[in-house]
Amino acid sequence: MVAKRIIPCLDVADGRVVKGVNFVGLRDAGDPVELACRYSAAGADELVFLDIAASHQGRGTLVELVQRTAEAVTIPFTVGGGISSVEGITVLLRAGADKVSLNSSAVRDPELVARGAGRFGCQCIVVAIDARARAGGGWDVYVKGGRENTGLDAVAWARQVVALGAGEILLTSMDGDGTQAGYALELTRAVADAVPVPVIASGGAGCIDHLAEALDPGPAGGHASAALLASLLHDGILSVEQIKTELLRRGLPIRPLALSC
Amino acid sequence: MSRLGLIDYGMGNLHSVQRAFERLGATVQTVQCGAEMEGCKALVLPGVGAFDPAMERLRQGGLAEAITTWCDAGRPLLGICLGLQLLFEASDEGEAEGLGLLKGRVRALPRRPGHPIPHMGWEPLVPANPSPLLPAGSPESWVYFVHSYAAEPSDPACSTALVRFADTAVTAAVWQGAIGACQFHPEKSGPHGEAILRRWLAWLAAL
Repeated sequence: MVAKRIIPCLDVADGRVVKGVNFVGLRDAGDPVELACRYSAAGADELVFLDIAASHQGRGTLVELVQRTAEAVTIPFTVGGGISSVEGITVLLRAGADKVSLNSSAVRDPELVARGAGRFGCQCIVVAIDARARAGGGWDVYVKGGRENTGLDAVAWARQVVALGAGEILLTSMDGDGTQAGYALELTRAVADAVPVPVIASGGAGCIDHLAEALDPGPAGGHASAALLASLLHDGILSVEQIKTELLRRGLPIRPLALSC
Repeated sequence: MSRLGLIDYGMGNLHSVQRAFERLGATVQTVQCGAEMEGCKALVLPGVGAFDPAMERLRQGGLAEAITTWCDAGRPLLGICLGLQLLFEASDEGEAEGLGLLKGRVRALPRRPGHPIPHMGWEPLVPANPSPLLPAGSPESWVYFVHSYAAEPSDPACSTALVRFADTAVTAAVWQGAIGACQFHPEKSGPHGEAILRRWLAWLAAL
């Protein structure tokens, strides 16, 4: 089975990492490229940059950041935030991003997913879904950073975007995000079982048990192909090395750390 | 170090492939037509996206013919990802005729519960016939894959590496004559991918 991926996520604004990152020996905790190199060297399987400012003037800085990352980093990386057109996708992929992540813009204009996939292939179109449990069961899709309920059902929406050409789903539980109480396993499993493409679990990681649960292919697991992590890594609570060593010990398929040639 | 011609037909992340070779000391020039191949020691055919639009673009620009002429003369070429699939005769993904430099067909990966497609992520290579990319006794290589189709060479001898997928093993890398190709992305596969590119450059330098 393809190795389960551990993916650090960096929030950036105007070319800088927004949340502080505690990395031993780091020269500049705000430089996304330096952090990307650190995480890559530590054994991260992929990286995600989310442009949380997504301002018009910040776009040029983001493109420059993508270029610098592509020069330095030898693992795949995804860029998301404020991408609303095929031109926007083109600029970031040309700059060296491997994938782009669409969120609100896909809800507004689902055909953007189809146009992007048609032009560049489904492998580089990720659709990010922010979901929150609905009273009475099921999950609603939220946009605008969780402020606006679209009324879309998360599982049905995931099916729809995959039918349009999304090659991967980045699924964030709004209920779990920031709580460190664990990934939303039921939601993750429901989406992962509903679509043929890989699902990245996000939101709620607090310890290694949570990661193991999200990636667990068993009946009670989350069935995710990958886990996205932010503060747990950035705050230095866990390292990629610790996570991978422990997940390997538990028998999950994980790319080992011994990467020397 | 000899010059590499990186084929630019609008289907791929040229940037990463170019940087990966430059980090290893190679000189890379993008190539958009046959005339620009003069002076290159080897060609690199990258590519992401779909089979038919890729072949259409290669044929429109006369690149398909130039690549065929190049390879028929026994000159070296390295295909990457879609660039591997295009070397074969045809693909389940479309109707277009492939370059046909290698015999065989590209087939859709089998759909099995619990095995998402695209096949996306890191896997260790399963060595097959030794080649300059993977000589006998090479250390285990973990490389990054992202694909929904895999080549089935008519001649199994041209398989130099396989990768496990669901309950089967599919083509991960091929080698025949002076043509080599990887289904995975060596330019995105950290130090192990770099080692594979370095071996190819060393083979090239010794020609």
